[in-house]
Amino acid sequence: MIKWKSRFNNIKGWLYLLPAILFLGFFMVYPLIDVFVYSFEEGYNSASQTYFGTGTYNYSYVLHDPYFLQALKNTFLLVVITVPLSTGIALLISVGLNSIKPLRNLLQTVYFLPYVTNTLAVGLVFMILFKKTAYSDGLVNLLIQWFGGESVDFIDGPYWAKMFVLCLYTIWVVMPFKILILTSALASVNQDYYKAARVDGTSKFRTFMRITLPMISPMLFYLVITGFIGAFKAYSDAVALFGTNLNAAGMNTIVGYVYDMLYGDSGGYPSYASAAAIILFAIVLTITCINLLISRKNVHY
Amino acid sequence: MKEAHPGEARYAKIEQTAERRSTAARAVTYFFLILWAAIVLFPFYWMILTSVKSYGAYNSEYIPKFFTLSPTLQNYVDAFTAVPLARYFVNTIIFTLLTTAIMIVVITLAAFAFSRLDFKGRNAAFVLFLSLMMIPGELVIITNFVTITNLDMRNTFQGLILPSVTSVFYIYLLKENFEQVPDSLYKAAKVDGTSDMKYLLKVLVPISRPTLITVTILKVIECWNSYVWPRLITDDENYFLVSNGIQEIRENGFGRENIPAMMAAVVVISLPLIGLFLIFHKKIMAGVSRGGTKG
Repeated sequence: MIKWKSRFNNIKGWLYLLPAILFLGFFMVYPLIDVFVYSFEEGYNSASQTYFGTGTYNYSYVLHDPYFLQALKNTFLLVVITVPLSTGIALLISVGLNSIKPLRNLLQTVYFLPYVTNTLAVGLVFMILFKKTAYSDGLVNLLIQWFGGESVDFIDGPYWAKMFVLCLYTIWVVMPFKILILTSALASVNQDYYKAARVDGTSKFRTFMRITLPMISPMLFYLVITGFIGAFKAYSDAVALFGTNLNAAGMNTIVGYVYDMLYGDSGGYPSYASAAAIILFAIVLTITCINLLISRKNVHY
Repeated sequence: MKEAHPGEARYAKIEQTAERRSTAARAVTYFFLILWAAIVLFPFYWMILTSVKSYGAYNSEYIPKFFTLSPTLQNYVDAFTAVPLARYFVNTIIFTLLTTAIMIVVITLAAFAFSRLDFKGRNAAFVLFLSLMMIPGELVIITNFVTITNLDMRNTFQGLILPSVTSVFYIYLLKENFEQVPDSLYKAAKVDGTSDMKYLLKVLVPISRPTLITVTILKVIECWNSYVWPRLITDDENYFLVSNGIQEIRENGFGRENIPAMMAAVVVISLPLIGLFLIFHKKIMAGVSRGGTKG
């Protein structure tokens, strides 16, 4: 009787898990294995589902594809520019926010607004603000002219201008999350430390460097890691600004390259897409590991 | 007393300077904080403003005006008649509701199994689940695309919904929450002969309502904004979600570049989530700081 009951309990436990296991197995575990298989199948034809042989040709093709190299360059630039800038600005804003009382809640709510907006939709607003058309140079260009600068088409113009808008929009999009995390980290620092510092007559800058920064360093570090990962996966921001044909605009990202290989006018090559995706995650993994190593020295838990 | 006077005066002076300096610092702080608020809000202002300018007025303004004296709703009419915005909208609502509803059921059952039921292999299964959290979506999307295509589920709601109805992270979050409910309640229910399912629905779910609501809201936001998967899996306009719809409108809609109508569509698409945010902003922000990631 007891034996029967415990067997029934075993089955029941797995029954409750069954839906989750089915979905995860089918849409996560199996694809994860399959993507490695794909990446080593040479000359895979998605129509007939046949391939010539196995090997590393897909990787070498991707690594020699000028579009991939362009995407790699764009993604790296985006990461190197936006992660430090957005984290730094978010830190400044959070410190400022933490030092005031009136308007604080209101501002905090306002700052979070971009988080709940549709990246594709609001990207269009950025596009019309920066784009030069036959009718108008666009608001930003008029401002530049007003200050005596020369107008430039940020959407169809030179590379640096396009990169600038992409970085700006990316920062605008990622800021809410960082400000939210940092303000709550700052608010949770024990006030006694500050009181002690004030009694000792420590300067504000020194208090910040010696108390605030070390106390929030785990959260700061968490943001840097998630920032790196997020920026490496950038894609929809670029689509929002430059349209779906990112290769033509020269603004593709690695993730964009993966999807273009999979689907669309240049699509139908899941093997190349898999190889590119695996390269991307090798990069992300490496950088995350480096980050972890650095943090071990500098983060105070 | 008399000797103390000069010192006191100096002290007062120092204090005055310090106060002036801190007032100045506060002013600078407010200036930059309000500047950032303006940067955040300006795109929203601009999209609403542009959406109520008439097509003719917008295109005749070489220098865009920061206000309009003759607002029009014509662009909104255009957005719903010239392009199938209503269809995109309805599709997104169906997609969001179904995905969120199925996910809540799946994760509640799984979290219950992990937190209350005692069965062989539970801990091993949980460790396996946790390790799945590290798998990036971009890596599995390739095979999923091929799978869904082979199953002939392109341009169907099943194809859109099925791959995103589980989230290991939310299972984890909910399991933690279920475990905070005292075990004695479960034992008492067992003694009373209450079935597990009844206990889950009548006791655990009501107690964990705040967490369930947070998870629901976060999932709704994610669904409403999802772009990549729907783009891969749909090429029939009848199944487009709002993100794909807006991209389609940008590239092919409204004939000649009709920016005001495009902005009207953008406003319509953004409104539901902004509304949700205005109502639930405390819950959303608390939820995101607990378990959201973006950027």
